[in-house]
Amino acid sequence: MLAERRIPLILLGILLVLPLVVTEPYYLHLLILVLMWVTIGTGWNILAGYTGQVSFGAAAFFGVGAYSAGLLAAKLGISAWWGFLVGAVACAIIAVPFGMITFPLRGAYFALGSLALGEIFRHIAIIWEDFTEGMVGIMVMQTFISKIPYYYIALALAVASIVSLELVMRSKLGYYFVSIREDQDAAASLGINTTKYKMISLVFHALMTGLAGALYMNYMGFIDPEVVFNLHDVSIMAILVAIVGGVGTIYGPLVGAFVMVAVQEVFRTAGFGLLDYINQQVGGSLTTFIKYVKDAHVLAFGILVVVVIMALPNGLVGDWDRIMGRLRKKRRA
Amino acid sequence: MEIFLQTLVAGFLKGGLYALIGIGMTLIMGVMGIINLAHGQMMMVAMYITYVLFEFFHIDPYLALFVSMPALFLLGVIVQKYTLNPLMKVESLLPENQVLMTVGVAMVLTEVCRFIFSSNYRSVKTSYSDATWLVNIAGAEISISVALTIAFLIACVLTAAMFWFLLKTDLGRSIRAVAQDEEAAALMGVNPERMRTLTMGIGAALVGAAGTLLLPMYYLFPDIGGPFTRRAFIITILGGLGSTVGAIFGGVTLGLAEAFGATYIGMDFEEMVGLIIFLLVLLFLPGGFKRLTKV
Repeated sequence: MLAERRIPLILLGILLVLPLVVTEPYYLHLLILVLMWVTIGTGWNILAGYTGQVSFGAAAFFGVGAYSAGLLAAKLGISAWWGFLVGAVACAIIAVPFGMITFPLRGAYFALGSLALGEIFRHIAIIWEDFTEGMVGIMVMQTFISKIPYYYIALALAVASIVSLELVMRSKLGYYFVSIREDQDAAASLGINTTKYKMISLVFHALMTGLAGALYMNYMGFIDPEVVFNLHDVSIMAILVAIVGGVGTIYGPLVGAFVMVAVQEVFRTAGFGLLDYINQQVGGSLTTFIKYVKDAHVLAFGILVVVVIMALPNGLVGDWDRIMGRLRKKRRA
Repeated sequence: MEIFLQTLVAGFLKGGLYALIGIGMTLIMGVMGIINLAHGQMMMVAMYITYVLFEFFHIDPYLALFVSMPALFLLGVIVQKYTLNPLMKVESLLPENQVLMTVGVAMVLTEVCRFIFSSNYRSVKTSYSDATWLVNIAGAEISISVALTIAFLIACVLTAAMFWFLLKTDLGRSIRAVAQDEEAAALMGVNPERMRTLTMGIGAALVGAAGTLLLPMYYLFPDIGGPFTRRAFIITILGGLGSTVGAIFGGVTLGLAEAFGATYIGMDFEEMVGLIIFLLVLLFLPGGFKRLTKV
């Protein structure tokens, strides 16, 4: 037990001093992305992994958070950092009525509704050009030139999300969430107001995703509707981060975020430049192949969804004992 | 007035095709209890099959139905047999893992098609693609696309055939039995797993037919599946989950709503209209048209 308690603290210590060791901006960039996805994945995990309501709408909240920050700076001239506050409030304002419509209904309504929600916001962002600049997107000057401040902000968000998940799951609220996931009728018959607690869970999801969106705006300095409201690169990525790491585990999204950002990056850079190097060695005959590889990260996501659901239904963290057991058996044999 | 009638007729005809998409979806929903989020992507595959047949073998899109429907049936069977049926045995905390699986399948289908055909827009130009015929309704001249009319008629025939199959044949009765009560059906000697596979195949074949019929007056690119998946589930929710009659009403309603939205609000709003209807249905009529008629 003590060792298990110690691991997160040691990990936190490592993450705190990491920028002193890793000075390469590129790797810091990847770490910031990982931490951002930890936040989003944890939010998704509270709603889907612990409360049992699968959301395809992370992009809606991510985009609203990002646009809140961007529009504040671009339209009102207020610092984009206020986007964290405004974005969080906006996400909660959207999440509550949305939950009120979908949660009283049984079945796939919430999942479909959340998918539709993301698409609705994407269309609004594209169509309402006077307000959102449409497909042109929004550009904001970054506050810091160095990546280190962003790294610590992202780390703070990720730690805050994991700590709040820990606290929630230790409190009564967490038991309510799990009871709804396990058996909604039984939960309701024990006097748990299922709609209300699903709603609380949804607000956690919305807040964490919205905060990550605001961070994204501040960090990247540029957004457009196809980037922040993207079904595959945001909503599905959020799901993948959680299920690869482990649905319904506290540290699952942490592992998942590392794996998924790595997968995304391996494809985008064609094996961190390895394929480009081989291509040079063999005289450029692999050029078209490399172009395909660089475009293939969505295909990889699709295949990962299929494989993970079948082979690792509880994720790397959830199935850890099973994976280790199988490896050990092989070694003995 | 002319514009109104024009929109009405065009929307209604398009609605007939949407009904075909919706029936496939609602059958799958009824029997398997899941929403197939790869529905539009399956349609996209059928459209590419039709495109290849037309472009390289000069086969008319309507004749291509005889290839695209069996091919899509096969695709549906494979998807069900190798990705969805095995999931029944997987123990997982993850709720709705089958729906997630269909999302994965959808992404793979889209990206494989992008890999083969690239992201370029393609279309099939037949002699009747842009042809229209004029009708005189109450003094107003309106022009109707010939391709859309033929597509609507074929869609009606396919829908009627589907109903005959479901109501009159043994196999159709077995499918409905599984949709009503899986365990009872199993006790009566129906193999639910086989029925699920069959239903997925039929659903895919129907949406494949819709894709093939739509192609002569539409354009084609790999990402076209997403909007049609959304249309399919909007229709299903609108009609009532699992109701085939509801899917017809839902399809026609969505066709009309999109046509009027595009004409009177703006082309950009074509998809928004459907999504807003979807939220309104959840708000005011959860259960869809099925609740009103009890069909």
